[in-house]
Amino acid sequence: MSNAVDLEKNFNSKLEKNDFVEPKDWMPENYRKHLIRQISQHAHSEIIGMLPEGNWISRAPSLRAKMVLLAKVQDEGGHGLYLYTAAETLGASRDELLGALHTGKAKYSSIFNYPTLTWADIGAVGWLVDGAAIMNQVMLQRTSYGPYSRAMIRICKEESFHQRQGYEIMCHLSFGTEAQKEMAQDALNRWWFPTMMMFGPPDKDSPNSEQAMKWRIKRETNDELRQKFVDRTVEQAEFLGLTIPDKNLKWNEAKKGYDFSEPNWEEFYNVIKGNGPCNKERLEARNKAHSDGAWVREAAMAYAEKKKENILAA
Amino acid sequence: MSKDSQGPLWEVFVQKKAGQPFVHCGSLHAYDKEMALENARDLYTRRSEGSALWVVPAAAIVASSPEDIGPFFEPANDKVYRHPTFYQIPEGVKYI
Ligand SMILES: [Fe+2]
Ligand SMILES: [Fe+2]
Repeated sequence: MSNAVDLEKNFNSKLEKNDFVEPKDWMPENYRKHLIRQISQHAHSEIIGMLPEGNWISRAPSLRAKMVLLAKVQDEGGHGLYLYTAAETLGASRDELLGALHTGKAKYSSIFNYPTLTWADIGAVGWLVDGAAIMNQVMLQRTSYGPYSRAMIRICKEESFHQRQGYEIMCHLSFGTEAQKEMAQDALNRWWFPTMMMFGPPDKDSPNSEQAMKWRIKRETNDELRQKFVDRTVEQAEFLGLTIPDKNLKWNEAKKGYDFSEPNWEEFYNVIKGNGPCNKERLEARNKAHSDGAWVREAAMAYAEKKKENILAA
Repeated sequence: MSKDSQGPLWEVFVQKKAGQPFVHCGSLHAYDKEMALENARDLYTRRSEGSALWVVPAAAIVASSPEDIGPFFEPANDKVYRHPTFYQIPEGVKYI
């Protein structure tokens, strides 16, 4: 049997070699805690993220748009489930994770506390919000914890359609009537900075993420990912003929990337604290869905028990 | 299990098409085996990833433990003669 020092050495050498850590392997308690927090927050974000888009399913402008949006929202539910089970491999229970979400103890991405006011918002969410999420998730495919990495690989495969369907909506509107183009620009104006916040606070204010980099849970920093996102998105906006709402946005030849304004971090912390435009509504909707479903869970459980008894009696 | 719960955990294995092995693809919660199978279909084969599914109660799986990995798999380590490269065949002999 190995002693504590050996176990820790073994763990560290795994990280150095870019090997994966698997559920039954020894790991530092803080690594486990960090992962449970990060993966479950990620899962909550997928589930809560269904709500702003779900808002438009019944009002989608065509049958095709409705089918696409339904499929996308269903995928997000699936992503939540992959991630919950990944967190459960670390010893957290599903009921405990959901409980933390429902009581407001657990956090989810601040972006989902903004409202989807027009159909163009569905375009902007797919293009920008899923686009930003993909950037983060592509990086997480190489995360050091095996089950998290595997969930990310599945998720990334599904995500690319999400971003493309959003961009397609933006194309329709941007190349449509004057009013449609205005609607697209308005959505970009409202979603740009909240999307930039999705990568988290600047590296200098993000002590958690430094440790996460050491553990190879994260492989790129918040600022690196944000820069990458801006660099890739500017041209896509130009193609649409839309203007990114940032006067400081300009190409910097020296760094081969764009300079841009920081989002308003005060707003970010305020939304995280629960004071965003939709925090209350999101949490209420989630709690209502959960309690409305209670009788279904109870009935399914009773039915399963009864069948077991029948087998024993037979 | 508390009164209100998501039901037990199941592991899901998918076969892409006939002739290929069943591969573990993840897990899910369900109350009984029929529901586990339907949930597996909805969760893991939304894009025709499979033509057959196995669901297994997670509690029924017996797994090796990483602490014993050394001694447990040790018997295979010194048996190089189980590999074809161990054997010397005279030059010029074909198809072997
Ligand atoms: Fe997702
Ligand atoms: Fe998505």
